[in-house]
Parts: sequence; structure tokens; C-alpha cells
Amino acid sequence: MTTTTGPNKLAVLGAGHVGPVIARLAVKAGYPVAIATSGDPADIALIAELMIPGARPRWASQAVAEADVVVLAIPLHRFVTVDPQMFAGKLVVDAMNYWPASDGVLSAFTGGGSTEIVAGRLTGSTVVKALNHIGYHELEDLARPAGAPDRRAAGVAGDDPAAVGVIAGVIDRLGYDPVRFENLRAGRVLQPGGQVFGVALALPEFERAVGQNATSPL
Amino acid sequence: MRYTFGLDTFGDRNGGTDGKPLSHAQTIRNVVREGVFAEQVGVDFFGIGEHHTEIFPMPAGDVALAAIAAQTTKIRLGSAVTVLSSDDPVRVFQRYSTLDAISTGRAEVILGRGSSIESFPLFGYDLADYDELFDEKATLFAELLEGGPVTWQGKTRPALRGQDVVPHVESGQFPAWIGVGGNPQSVIRAARLGYSLALAIIGGSPARFSAYSELFRRALESFGQPLRPVLVHSPGHVAESDDKAKAEFWPRWRDILTVMAPERGFAIPTEKSFDREIGPHGALYVGSPETVARKIATNLEVLDATRFDLKYGMPGMTHDQLMAGIELYGRKVIPRVRELLGEPDR
Repeated sequence: MTTTTGPNKLAVLGAGHVGPVIARLAVKAGYPVAIATSGDPADIALIAELMIPGARPRWASQAVAEADVVVLAIPLHRFVTVDPQMFAGKLVVDAMNYWPASDGVLSAFTGGGSTEIVAGRLTGSTVVKALNHIGYHELEDLARPAGAPDRRAAGVAGDDPAAVGVIAGVIDRLGYDPVRFENLRAGRVLQPGGQVFGVALALPEFERAVGQNATSPL
Repeated sequence: MRYTFGLDTFGDRNGGTDGKPLSHAQTIRNVVREGVFAEQVGVDFFGIGEHHTEIFPMPAGDVALAAIAAQTTKIRLGSAVTVLSSDDPVRVFQRYSTLDAISTGRAEVILGRGSSIESFPLFGYDLADYDELFDEKATLFAELLEGGPVTWQGKTRPALRGQDVVPHVESGQFPAWIGVGGNPQSVIRAARLGYSLALAIIGGSPARFSAYSELFRRALESFGQPLRPVLVHSPGHVAESDDKAKAEFWPRWRDILTVMAPERGFAIPTEKSFDREIGPHGALYVGSPETVARKIATNLEVLDATRFDLKYGMPGMTHDQLMAGIELYGRKVIPRVRELLGEPDR
């Protein structure tokens, strides 16, 4: 797959700190965007109208059914209560983090890579780790068009190379140089405690920081 | 007066002039002196944020506020913030209505989480329940503020049936705010439950929060609530010159954030990133009175807010540095902000 035949519709699940930022970047990049929480879309109508102009508030099931790419930006402890069936057949971006120092301990996520555990629950979906390692306000402030001298890099990890390619294309359109990791295991460098968690680096520094873990950039 | 100006502290453990940290007890006595001094130099509000750590030894700020209340007559006193999720709303109400009695109607509360989580394991709460705990307890607290017997039922504390909670507040209600750090759903909740909005802006561009003020007003409207004020809380330090303020604040900021960064998931600050934060588009108010005043005036207008609370100082700074900063904030910064905003000084 190439970036020019990338996905058309995005669904962002979560309207907390992170979801609206990703949704705003996606609207700006020209994607049709739906945003949803676990509740009634009417509850986030004002948030959508004022903070994510252009995004449509939807029920989660509708938003997912209509989307080519689903971004999970909900608290991880809520994820464990979500029905995996809803995501069957979908390309899912895990933008969540397991971060005990901030959110408490979740026994299902202790040890290992959080996205590997997410993928283990979403057996009917293709899961890619991305958009989790840059702080939510930086994510918006630092986004730049391709070729900008001060553009930063962002990691994309997954076990399915085609899916990683698709999401790398999305990341590029959102405003970052995508750096691909050939499996979710290697993508652990993107999670809390990993080499590039919480920092937004330019491509050369990013590649130096992750060492042998990354495959070539897009 | 349309605008009011406050100072907040987390009981940041003071450094001594020899560079060694002062005791927790001495730090707390210094906080009381700082609060009393804040009134003398014309500050409108003094807030103490709840923390339970070695460098912020301030779990019972209401006790320190009571000591300040006993030595002052005008300054308003409140929490900044009370970690309501790991507390009992009835006890919080009782402590602050008692403070309101002692201070003759000068108590306030800001409810929230701050960025601190240490009270959850300390009191046996699960962080995963944070949102449910906060929602229920903020709902109950709003009912307690109304006064009169309370009937309430939920999952996070025993039910109340026609319970008269004392002491009654003399003036009806004391001001109550919900502190928000960037989650728009928290803004909606504050509006729905009838609280005022406190925006905690501790990193990045303050201007991006202007959407939250608008969201708050529109949400108040949609819930049929009256218009309520917005306050801005941000860290900083004032000294005679920009260079002096930076020299006193930056090394302490660097030391503390270098320790906190890995566990909170933000980048370790560099002098370059710090310079961005103290510049016109950053979140920190560090500099001379003129620098800080201009930045406050600009952001109050951008954010359509009517109160600014400076979280002054950092752990490791000396009591003398903090007192000098308080004096400049009260005597120079506040009058200058009023002037810049076209408000006559009192």
C-alpha cells in the first residue's frame, strides 16, 4: 500500500485530553472525522462544535462501522470494558498508554507491551501502535507539513506491514515524519519507559534514540 | 473590580540559605507567613494545594489557611486544589465551612486532581476509579454547598438521608471551582454541576485554552446555569529583573522536573525549552514585574478570564526569595496588570 491510496474515513474514540487533538489534526489534514465516547453523541456535541469544527459526534458503534481507521484514545481501564466485536475487521490505531505512575496499576497490562495486549483482545482487528508517545498539547503545536525544516518524527509499529504503511501515510498527513517498526514488540520503545516516550524528536535524533529498533522511514 | 489576583503554593519545601532543605515544619510556618504577607501587599486570594510528598509536604492546607485567617481580615483563602476524589465531600465541606466561619466569609475551594496521584494509594483508592469518584463526589459537594438537609446516594460513600451538615455557611455559599487541566469533558462537568472554572495551564501555549473558556460559557448556557467566572492558574516567580527571576527559578524547576519527567511522561526541560515557556507563548510567568504583568494581562484577555492565580516558587527556593517575589507581585505586578487592562487601582 502507498500513502496516496490511504484511508478515507477516521473515527476517533475518546473526547478527553488526546482524542480532540488527534481529531483536530485529522480534520485539518482533510480526513472526514467522526468522534465518539462511550455515551450519547449529544453529550459531546458542544465539544465537537467548538473544539473540533468539522468532526461529527457519533455513537461509537456508528463511528467505528463507517470508518476505515479507528483511533483508540480512551483511558486504558475503559478499553478493557469495550466489546472487541465492535472492531472486527477494522484497522485500529492504539494511541493509549499503560502508565501506572499516572493512571494506576491495571493487572491485565503489567509486564510487556500494552499494544500487544490490546491486539491480543482485538483478535478480529489489525492493530497498529501510533500517536501515543508525543504529549497531547505538543502533538498539535509541533505538527508541520512534509518537508518543513523543524518537522518531528513519530513512530508507527505493527505486525502487519501493509497496515503500518497505511498508518505511516496518515501520520505523514497529520504532520510528522513516520518511523516504522516492524512489529508491536519493537514498538515498546514508544511506550512509557521507552526511549522516545514523552519526547518529540526530529528524524535523525529519533532514529539515533531508538537504535536498531526502527526500520527505514517512509 | 472586575479582576482579582491570587497566589498559590503547594507547600514547596524551602531551601535554606546554605542550600540544604528546611524541615517540613519550618516550611509550613513559612507558608503561613507568606499568606499573611500576601494580604499586606494587596493580593486578593491565597491558595494552598493538597500534596503528600517529601518536597510538597502539604496534606492539610486548610489548617494552614486557618492560621492565616486568624492573622488577616481581607484576603480570600482557599484550596488550590483539594483532591476531592480521595477525600470525603462531607469532611471537605465541613473543613472549608469552618474556615469560612473563622475568616468571616473568606473561604473558597478549588476541586480537582492537580497532577498529583499520591493521595490515592495513601487513602486506599484506585486511580482507575478516578473519574467515577470525582463525578459522584463533585455532585454531592454541589448539593452540600446549597445548604439545608442533604439526601444523597451513590457508590463511593455511605448514603445521606435528610442530613443536616454543619457548620452552616453564614453567607449562604462559598465560591467553588473545578480545576481542569485540558480535558474538555471536565469543562462540561464543571458547567453542569454549577461550579466556576479554574484552568490550570502549566505548559505550552496559554492561547490554546481560549476554546475551553468558550466551551464553558456555551455549556453553562445549555444547562440553564448563570454565567460563572473563569480563573487561570500558572506557575512562576517575580524578581527585580528578568535575569534574577530566571536565575532563582530555573535551577529549581530543572531539578524538580528532571525527577518528575520520567514518571509523568514529559520531556526533561532544557534551558531552551524553559526559555520558550517563560516567553510570550509559554505557560510560565517568570521575570520582572513588567514582564510578568504584561503576560498576565494578555492572557486574561485571550482567555476571557477574570482571575489570575500565580503558583509562586518551587521546592528548594528560599523563604526570602519567595517573600521578595510576593512583595513584587502584590505591589508592582497587580497594579500594573490593572492598569494594562484599563481598571483603576483600588
